[in-house]
Amino acid sequence: MKKKRVYMDYNATSPVLPEVLDAMIPFFTDVCGNPSSAHRYGREAREAVDQARERVGLLLNANMDEIVFTGGGSESDNLALKGHLFSTKETSHHIITSAVEHHAVINTVDWLEEVGHDVDYIGVGENGALDIDELEEAICENTKIASFMYANNETGVIFDIPRISSILKKNNIVFHTDAVQATGKIPIDVQKDGIDLLSVSGHKMGAPKGIGALYIRKGIRLMPLIHGGSHEFGMRAGTENVPSIVGMGMAAELSRKRLAEETDRLTRLRDRLESGILNAVPDVSVNGKGAPRLPNTTNISFHYIEGEGMLLGLDLEGVAVSSGSACTTGTLKTSHVLSAMNIDAVIAQGSIRFSLGPDSTDDDVDYVISKIPEIVERLRAMSPLAPRKG
Amino acid sequence: MYTEKVIEHFHNPKNVGELDNPDGTGEIGNAACGDIMRITIHVIDGVISDIKFKTFGCAAAIATSSMITEMVKGKSLDEALKITNRDVAEELGGLPKQKMHCSNLAADTLKAAIENYHERTNGKGPGS
Repeated sequence: MKKKRVYMDYNATSPVLPEVLDAMIPFFTDVCGNPSSAHRYGREAREAVDQARERVGLLLNANMDEIVFTGGGSESDNLALKGHLFSTKETSHHIITSAVEHHAVINTVDWLEEVGHDVDYIGVGENGALDIDELEEAICENTKIASFMYANNETGVIFDIPRISSILKKNNIVFHTDAVQATGKIPIDVQKDGIDLLSVSGHKMGAPKGIGALYIRKGIRLMPLIHGGSHEFGMRAGTENVPSIVGMGMAAELSRKRLAEETDRLTRLRDRLESGILNAVPDVSVNGKGAPRLPNTTNISFHYIEGEGMLLGLDLEGVAVSSGSACTTGTLKTSHVLSAMNIDAVIAQGSIRFSLGPDSTDDDVDYVISKIPEIVERLRAMSPLAPRKG
Repeated sequence: MYTEKVIEHFHNPKNVGELDNPDGTGEIGNAACGDIMRITIHVIDGVISDIKFKTFGCAAAIATSSMITEMVKGKSLDEALKITNRDVAEELGGLPKQKMHCSNLAADTLKAAIENYHERTNGKGPGS
């Protein structure tokens, strides 16, 4: 009998949606033009790129000329932060970000600090929400840009973007948000939210890997990271990756149309999974439970055991998840997100992220719930930290 | 990432648990690193007659714990003390480089258990 396979790691990456793949295929062969060429082939490719740009813009309530396609979320984050700071002659600015950002932001900001900029990392509360008082205190005259993620990749916790934005606007600080995990999962409106720069990744929303976008509010100055031709409004040189851009446009269009329905469906599935696990296993806790969260994400700590064991135990049963344990990431440090939430190191080590997506079903949820107690029991029997039975 | 032997020892670890009335107990590790190992031993006539482990840690930590219990059961304390963390890793067909530091504490933990045995029986460690 073929073993059941359940993918619950959509926050890591998602399969390309069938409609996205169908839309892309002709652009590898039949519609092969370079969008910069003036002939018919080029014009066809240009039209497709423009349509994709419009579709991504529609998803974010942005104008199409405010969308620049990039090589992915990390590149978008780099372009936003470095691009804005490099756009002025001064070499030392103040940057504010949070302690729970994705490494695409944290490592970029760390590097900017190394080359002479000042950085403040704002902490979060136990539920993962940004410490607004700390943010207000950190702002100074020299603060040029602030970067706060829309939703956290590990816990799914959604920051209070409108509130953060209004504080930054009052102080004339450019606001970048890494919305890689949020885009396509919850409604985003860059106008209403007062966002200046917003990063998107294709492969988190059903488009291929290696394609992303940056929303750049009209009037925000950026220096490109890649110089060359005038592609992407001069913001990113290089012949456009037309098939992937078309795929990203289609993924944005599908996300926009399915958003409300998918949000309800995934919230229901996620809550079923969460309560099913909590009922089936003692001594578990949900990280970030008290805060608004993405509908598809739950981060659960299985006390007394280490996450990699859970991950491999589930893998043996055909279930793919992700773990915030040090040994899984290879960094020898517990998840910086859970540490910043002041979660005890042992409990943080036992965290597992379950992230659902378009293909997730009730059957998947039931299967995972049914497999977990045995794996937990086996690992706890080995753990010197687990209370002895009997 | 892991050899088949590591995965086999992780999924079917040998000698899991804690001995009642152990002759020696060793515990090493810290939660920040993610690995805590505890080894208990029974010793008869200078030979490890029984050994059990409990480990909080990743697959490598569990596999190295399991492997060392297999390697030293029935061996003299002197022979057991000669085993290094590297020997345990080699017996498992190797460990990923980043796992060597934190996850392979098995020989150290065994050493701690043997030292504890000597302290209990002689009031001092071996060779002192």
